[in-house]
Amino acid sequence: MTSTTPTLEVRGVGRTYGSGRTSVAALADVSFSVQPGELVAIMGPSGSGKSSLLAIAGGLDRVTEGQVLVNGSDLGVLDARALARLRRRTIGYVFQELNLLGTLTAEENVALPLELDGARPTMAASQARALLGELGLAELEDRFPDELSGGEQQRVAIARAVVGQRRLLLADEPTGALDSLTGEAVVRLLRRQCDNGCAAVLVTHDARLAAWADRVVFLRDGRMVDQTAANDDLDRPSVPGGLT
Amino acid sequence: MSVRHSLLALLEQGPMYGYGLKSEFEAATGRMWPLNVGQVYTTLARGERDGLVEADVEADGQKIYRLTDAGRQELDRWFSGPVSRDVVPRQELAIKLIFAVRSQTADVHAVIQHQRAATMRSLQELTRLKSDEGADDLAWTLTLDGLLFQGEAEIRWLDLCEARLAGAAAPAPTAPSLPTPSRRRAARDPAPLTRRSRP
Repeated sequence: MTSTTPTLEVRGVGRTYGSGRTSVAALADVSFSVQPGELVAIMGPSGSGKSSLLAIAGGLDRVTEGQVLVNGSDLGVLDARALARLRRRTIGYVFQELNLLGTLTAEENVALPLELDGARPTMAASQARALLGELGLAELEDRFPDELSGGEQQRVAIARAVVGQRRLLLADEPTGALDSLTGEAVVRLLRRQCDNGCAAVLVTHDARLAAWADRVVFLRDGRMVDQTAANDDLDRPSVPGGLT
Repeated sequence: MSVRHSLLALLEQGPMYGYGLKSEFEAATGRMWPLNVGQVYTTLARGERDGLVEADVEADGQKIYRLTDAGRQELDRWFSGPVSRDVVPRQELAIKLIFAVRSQTADVHAVIQHQRAATMRSLQELTRLKSDEGADDLAWTLTLDGLLFQGEAEIRWLDLCEARLAGAAAPAPTAPSLPTPSRRRAARDPAPLTRRSRP
């Protein structure tokens, strides 16, 4: 696993907003990497820097210290145009809200990133349809977002995030407003994308959601305090409460 | 009394041998709670004494157990009532935190983080079981869900403990040396409210 280039590598990243005495350090000395096929969850309380870190990982914000590499490319040395292209072709975003364009059908929403990248509309539409079918969402393709449930919207958003072979998925509280079972369907889909070779970062404060990850990174006050991985050596978890 | 009632629930499906009950119980619960076969026979003997089960001795001396009407009623009573929460289990973690907060040497934040990471790892393992095995086994999935919710609750409680500790450790605000808008406002306001004794 160490021999492959990580899809995402965050090296000693710091982000400070403002300057001088009024500056605020949102992130300090954060390092981790995500390999192809890996799902990494980032957990921490409100204000711990989770969303700032995700924005930086996705090239939506710049670091003030350190480096972010996506497929080996240092985002810090790319000009605006190259960065925009990398975001368009390599990175998919899933947010809690405002995911889909209301005037487009599910299929058109999924096809949009391909069209923005220059694909012919018919080609983009057929790729979008194929992907929705692959993800078990074929019956939703002609529906508009307001005709979809919250869980369906998020699953279409995940389809839009991975369309066109994008290999890095960044999700910020993607199940925030969903009930437990619907949220699980969304995270199962995210997990499946990783099992098929995508790399993903999932920001959440929900431990049951984070538990789908291969690794969990804990942030506190902008710093990484710990990280955990599922232990392959244990075939049975310890169970609270004995029987009487 | 969950072993007793679990055995009654298994016998409701038909007569079984003691060892078969042990195996069936473990299979149904994903081997999460291994049963000692001695515990099974002791429980069955008490069930016989209380008239909840009856045993037929077969030619080879093996006993096969079946549910009696009284056993069925006991099972109905179990299903129709809630599980008692009156007995608070001894919570080692809560006790550990109490003493870590009081301790001069323990790092309570480290205690919390170690526990959070360990519980998180356990949740990851449970989730892996949920995604790997027995996806079609509803009873098994429900068991795992229950354990996942317990673990999640523990992590949320630890988060809250940490936030409360941070609040308690924050230094009390002191009066700034220069006048500030809030101080000027305070100067215009009437005397601050103080707690009065009841007349």
